[in-house]
Amino acid sequence: MFKEYVSVRDIVGPLIFIEGVRGATYGELVEVSFPDGRQSLGSVLEINRDFALLQVFKGTQGINKTQTRVRFLGKSLELPVSPDVLGRVFDGLGRPIDNGPDIIPDKWLDINGLPINPYARDYPTDFIQTGISAIDGMNPLVRGQKLPIFSGAGLPHSQLAAQIARQATVRGRGESFAVVFAAMGITFEEASFFIEDFSQTGALERAVLFVNLADDPPIERVATPRVALTAAEYLAFELGLHVLVILTDMTYYCEALREISAARREVPGRRGYPGYLYTDLATIYERAGRIKGRHGSITQIPILTMPEDDKTHPIPDLTGYITEGQIILSRDLHRAGIYPPIDVMPSLSRLKEKGIGEGKTREDHSGLSNQLFAAYARGREARELLLILGEAALTKVDKLYVEFANQFEQKFVAQGERENRTIEETLDLGWELLRILPREELKRVSPQQIQFYLDGKGKK
Amino acid sequence: MEVGKIVRISGPLVVAEGLINAQMYEVVRVGEARLLGEIIEIKRGLASIQVYEETTGLGLEEPVFATGSPLSVELGPGLISSIYDGIQRPLDILRDREGDFVTRGVEVPALSRTRRWNFKPLVKKGDEVEAGDILGEVEETPLVKHYIMVPPEIKKGKVKKIFEGEHKVDDVVAVIEVDKKEVSITMVSKWPVRRPRPFKKKVAPVEPLITGQRVIDTFFPVAKGGTACIPGPFGSGKTVTQHQLAKWANSRIVIFIGCGERGNEMTDVLLEFPTLVDPYSGRPLMERTVLIANTSNMPVAAREASIYTGITIAEYFRDMGYDVTLQADSTSRWAEALREISGRLEEMPGEEGYPAYLSSRLAAFYERAGKVYCLGRDNREGSITAIGSVSPPGGDLSEPVVQATLRVVKVFWALEDRLAYERHFPAINWLLSYSLYSPKIDEYLNRTLAADFSEKRKEAMRLLQREAELKEIVRLIGMDALSFHERLILEVARSLREDFLQQHAFHPVDTFASLEKQYLMLSNIILYYRLAKEALERGVSLEEIFAPKIKEKLGRMKYVSTEEMDELKEVENFLNQYFEKLKGTVKSV
Repeated sequence: MFKEYVSVRDIVGPLIFIEGVRGATYGELVEVSFPDGRQSLGSVLEINRDFALLQVFKGTQGINKTQTRVRFLGKSLELPVSPDVLGRVFDGLGRPIDNGPDIIPDKWLDINGLPINPYARDYPTDFIQTGISAIDGMNPLVRGQKLPIFSGAGLPHSQLAAQIARQATVRGRGESFAVVFAAMGITFEEASFFIEDFSQTGALERAVLFVNLADDPPIERVATPRVALTAAEYLAFELGLHVLVILTDMTYYCEALREISAARREVPGRRGYPGYLYTDLATIYERAGRIKGRHGSITQIPILTMPEDDKTHPIPDLTGYITEGQIILSRDLHRAGIYPPIDVMPSLSRLKEKGIGEGKTREDHSGLSNQLFAAYARGREARELLLILGEAALTKVDKLYVEFANQFEQKFVAQGERENRTIEETLDLGWELLRILPREELKRVSPQQIQFYLDGKGKK
Repeated sequence: MEVGKIVRISGPLVVAEGLINAQMYEVVRVGEARLLGEIIEIKRGLASIQVYEETTGLGLEEPVFATGSPLSVELGPGLISSIYDGIQRPLDILRDREGDFVTRGVEVPALSRTRRWNFKPLVKKGDEVEAGDILGEVEETPLVKHYIMVPPEIKKGKVKKIFEGEHKVDDVVAVIEVDKKEVSITMVSKWPVRRPRPFKKKVAPVEPLITGQRVIDTFFPVAKGGTACIPGPFGSGKTVTQHQLAKWANSRIVIFIGCGERGNEMTDVLLEFPTLVDPYSGRPLMERTVLIANTSNMPVAAREASIYTGITIAEYFRDMGYDVTLQADSTSRWAEALREISGRLEEMPGEEGYPAYLSSRLAAFYERAGKVYCLGRDNREGSITAIGSVSPPGGDLSEPVVQATLRVVKVFWALEDRLAYERHFPAINWLLSYSLYSPKIDEYLNRTLAADFSEKRKEAMRLLQREAELKEIVRLIGMDALSFHERLILEVARSLREDFLQQHAFHPVDTFASLEKQYLMLSNIILYYRLAKEALERGVSLEEIFAPKIKEKLGRMKYVSTEEMDELKEVENFLNQYFEKLKGTVKSV
């Protein structure tokens, strides 16, 4: 027997206050019946002796004080899971919207999950080949990593994420990834781009989609990534699959969080975002990883659009502090017609050193990528100088560096949306570009490597 | 004990009524699930409690049980090599009992109650003892002798009984007569985390902490018993720097607190430390390390407690007479936890929503570091070096946590993302960083390492400063505007940056450089500058001075291992000979 209340006291933004509630628990799921017969789920944000504070997922439009009924469901929001979730499309709270049958659940899982015991974690070390040189060669992705894409409005982050989802494999294992896709507040067009792409390549059979579109209730978005990650945890740690989770767009998620926080009159942190934004984001991102003794893994690629391309905005900033690196897209490269417009310099993969080298990729990977970084950095610096002072100001070597930087962007970074390069192709391409520079400039690779990879002589 | 009732729940904050005798910072058990919490405010008969575990599922009217004691840690053999969460629950045992995910309301003792330790008495029946005196020792790991001390509350007494042999931590190992009453001593004791442990006297630190990191030891050293902070934006290498210090610092004990950071980073430490060898003793590093892991997704209130748990354990080992390093990564996350709780308490916010007491709390924490004479009659010395990283939003160093930290700490290692993008690691900016210990440590190193150490260090710093000015000129009008001498300065500064300051944390040899090696490397670069400058004045061409062979020799120095240190002396000979030969050529012109 669930208790039903009709005692709405206040309605503030997406929140309602209810009086006289007995026996409610913190975080409990509620069902709100609107005067016009519609229903919405919600959850308890705070309980007091005088009132309980609820957030209503569908928003509060149409709620009044006299005819609105609230039922407390005695549990927190749970997701029904079974192996049949693969290939299905759900809404932001995990209810099917693809006209398929309801899921007959294996079990119900609390969407908030539990933190992985740090002692139970296994360190991510398996290199994932995405087929994209700017990632594989320079900032490689590792299985169990959380590596966000920092993008801006109008940049092709969706194409990039879809390409990664399409191409990602762990070398030598032939195991492919299951994809869990969570859309938060993106447009119908963006969402259908992914759905079409997945169905064209047959990836849809291995994918689970959770879709909250721009015109869906914003408050529901707060639950969407947690719903998606609950499904991912089930697939990874109970069914033993390797799961790639794409969360797009985290910026809308954070805005929904801010809306609730503002309605609660909380003391704001930076730019009006709540002071607990870091902790809240961490409870999402930290659900990536591997667990000792279990076969599956969760690799996360959250996408966020940086307001005004500003990396110091609280959303990218706090994300960068939690995730294991970032892939940054550059508007300048995009304007220059380079796809994918990945700016390799500020991009970073923190797990790079553990994921590459002999036996994983190739023994020259670390040295070569450092050499490419150093040369590209110097080339960009020289290119700036060229703009200010003109060609006459550059030394002969500097001119070669400029040439290198240009070629690096046009040949190494740039590639087709359907082009899938093996790691060997990527690395060989890197060596090829280094031919532009004089030998004595190549200080980050060993003389043996130069002999072997540039002259085809000697041994590795 | 009293039982109260929950009247409000808001995230990690629970308010209860009916706890009449509640004390500030008393530990309580909240709800039927008996979650651990601590009272942080008492107002109008209501007690506000920060709960160290997730509060989802708690309801009004549920009971709150008082315990009468403050939040404490267990101290005794078994601490070393452990991994705890913020409130000292052993995560390895927790996993064995509860599975791969951290569950709630579990009570596990921090120290094993079944393991036996071999207790060797160092006093005998009839001896007079006072607070802090060592009663006996236990070999906790091959690296750490764990001393069992007379507790601070016993001022004077006489040993009545002492039991040698195998004991569990809660067995009585000694009986002391105090004022005609008998007090039993066990190896385990408790201490409230928010109260500093007593010592005899604090002294100013003078001896450097050797970390094997060139930019730190040579340019911005921290003293044993000092305080340092590492602020930097994300991706600038705070954590790698912290790990490097935990690995290579010449402390006897390392306490590493992962405070609100990534789970995988703790895993990295857990997997790597047992395989790494301490360069001073040849034993695995884990045998001197205690880990405290309260990762970012674990409850926020326990994060607030974690740094106190850590520093109390550090003080306990300091009291035995050890040099301890305490590392907190990151104190910003601790400050954010403070802010979150303060917000829920509806306190008046200070800057950027942080509570007004942020800087006093931070200062009080860092003040628990230092070099001391410990309690006890043997006048032993112990120290705690506290190193905290700070994660300023947007890399903005003017934000409250950085500013409050800079007011108390003596060493500032400024990490910069610009350097990290250029893959200059450690990305410590040499022009912004400072160490207030430098004068004292210079004196110490001039005496123990080489008489001209500080002179060379200062010369190198001058060159680096000059480089920054010259680069500005080059940016405006090009290289041609520089004199030959100025170009030489640029070249030497480049060598200082690339061959000395840059250090590869993942390279087996370069990851650690002994003080001697650091000094020889620096000497060679300075020697090159002096010889080249002289040659330039004689009219030798830049081409000959910038010979690739010299670049290569200087560039190779960092990869010279401790066993082949002679190679560095050979570089010196090479430089001398090379420039000696040039003298001949110039004369013949």
